[in-house]
Amino acid sequence: MTDETMDMTAKPRNQWWDVWDQFKTHKGAVFGLCFLIFITLFCLIGPSLWGVDPGKLDIRNKDMRPIYTAIFDSGAKYGWAHPMGTDNLGRDIMANIMQGGRISLAVGWTAMILALVIGTTVGVLAGYFKRLDGILMRFTDLVLALPLLPLLLVMMLLFRDPLRAAFGPEQGIFILIVTGIGITSWMHTARIVRGDVMAIKEREFVLAARSIGTPARRMITRHLLPNVLSPIMVSATLGLATAIITESALSFLGLGFPSDFPTWGKILFDSVDRMTAYPERVIWPGLAISLTVLSVNYIGDGLRDALDPRIRGL
Amino acid sequence: MLTFTLRRLLMSIPTLLFIAFVIFMLLELAPGDPMSQMPLTIPPEVKEKMRLALGLGEPWWVRFPLWLKQFFIVEPQYWWDAAFGTNFADGAQRIISFQSRSPVFDTIAQRLPQTLWVVGMSYIVGVLIALPIGIISAYKQYSVFDQTGTFVSMIGFSVPPFFSGVLLIVIFSVQLKWLPSIYDTTHVVTNWDTFIFQLKQMIMPVIVLALQTTAQVSRYMRASMLDNLTQDYVRTARAKGMTESVVVMKHVLRNSMIPVVTVIALGIPSIFGGAIITEQIFKVNGLGQLLIIALQGNDIPMVMTITFLLAVLIVLMNLIADILYGVLDPRIRYD
Repeated sequence: MTDETMDMTAKPRNQWWDVWDQFKTHKGAVFGLCFLIFITLFCLIGPSLWGVDPGKLDIRNKDMRPIYTAIFDSGAKYGWAHPMGTDNLGRDIMANIMQGGRISLAVGWTAMILALVIGTTVGVLAGYFKRLDGILMRFTDLVLALPLLPLLLVMMLLFRDPLRAAFGPEQGIFILIVTGIGITSWMHTARIVRGDVMAIKEREFVLAARSIGTPARRMITRHLLPNVLSPIMVSATLGLATAIITESALSFLGLGFPSDFPTWGKILFDSVDRMTAYPERVIWPGLAISLTVLSVNYIGDGLRDALDPRIRGL
Repeated sequence: MLTFTLRRLLMSIPTLLFIAFVIFMLLELAPGDPMSQMPLTIPPEVKEKMRLALGLGEPWWVRFPLWLKQFFIVEPQYWWDAAFGTNFADGAQRIISFQSRSPVFDTIAQRLPQTLWVVGMSYIVGVLIALPIGIISAYKQYSVFDQTGTFVSMIGFSVPPFFSGVLLIVIFSVQLKWLPSIYDTTHVVTNWDTFIFQLKQMIMPVIVLALQTTAQVSRYMRASMLDNLTQDYVRTARAKGMTESVVVMKHVLRNSMIPVVTVIALGIPSIFGGAIITEQIFKVNGLGQLLIIALQGNDIPMVMTITFLLAVLIVLMNLIADILYGVLDPRIRYD
């Protein structure tokens, strides 16, 4: 009785506020979200504040160490003009990390969205239409049995030159990497979405909607998709993490973006040869990748808890 | 169970054929040309002859069945001949690498031990570390140990092998000078000192690969143990007065291992994929490095064969995981 009166007085709340309240209780997730926002702003707004051209060669100031080396080695070459140091051609590392982060994050987000679109489409179609279920899921299983990393490497190598000729060096490789990662990472989303759609399809509200003659298209967009949103969001975070790692791995194997075009993986790959003398050049991009992926994983963990109505509100 | 196994085995044949077809067509349709690395001074008619010599003159519907025949019939015949001194192969054409002009499987046989040694060792180490971590984490849920385990496995998921490997080299080879950064595959173990050296050079590659395995397997182990610890049979076992170690190690652990064993089987192909990157970092001349070299040299038969072998491994491990599930858990019988 008292509960009901309290409900009467309390303001009506959107369910997303409940999700947010639950999300806030997960410390790792909040920390991850803060870091993701920070690194995104660092890469987006950073270049206009810092104002150093990442490709500008400055041979006189080459091989500068980051400023913290002054603490233990006063003879080192360092300066406030380049707080993270410069590389062997005098390019500012901080500007490169910002520029590289823009590309790495852009690749990650686009590839993740592409994988989600493919995965959700396949999952909803397979779950909703019985006729398509067998063939689509058989196809998903087949793709899952492909050795994905070697195939991705093959695709990178074989389609690089024609796409570069068609769209220009940057655009071509971007399209190639995003498509490659997208079409090799949609399978888990498809499976999860299919399972959820099949469960929701049997519920009463779907029956009610069908009984008033809702066509399949509106059924999917109005009733099914909003209800499978939470597993899609969780697999989105996982997809973002794997896309960033895969892009860096491709760059690290020398099959990613061209050499004058920094991404985090590319900077790391270029610095490996000189890591004996300048370990910081490896550590900066590596930390950027690892911390971004770690924070995205924590966000996914928090989202999974927050979107689960059995846990929420406890 | 036998009929299920047979049915699955038969099912995997079209799967493998489809995968072989996808890989073949990807290489076929790709605009890359194995002749593109040749000097431009070679006249076109000579180039055409070289193409024919590489076997590229025939259309794909001739070459694809030919490759299948070479892979599934001719190569096993050669193994059989080598093992038993027979002559089934009778000088039939083997799969030849474009780069080295030697049979692809000879090169793979040379490279396989290094990869198996590093990858196998790291997988065993990873699983052996992961199992106790998972068990203790689940038994003491939300304890400091559990929280630390969660954090470490989160790091294992998030830090890519090309960073953890490079970081280990910076710390242990560059700064502390304890371990060699390059894996010497010509090293032969003859006495205690060489054994120690072998151990030292294996530590870092194994740790890098094992970190990923540990992160994954320990999470599954923990979740599976947690599922079982709240079951009624555990309460019954305790009520009968069994000691805690018997309850946990015999009753709960055996039941929790069922899904974990399949996860371990399914993880084997992915660790071979991870080995591609790890071998590149530590300069191990294994299969992964061979694949990269073949890719860069447009060596289509080599790329095709290695990729297909990985696909066979994935299909095989899926099969083993399915069968193991049925064998370990009598409640699940597919018949």
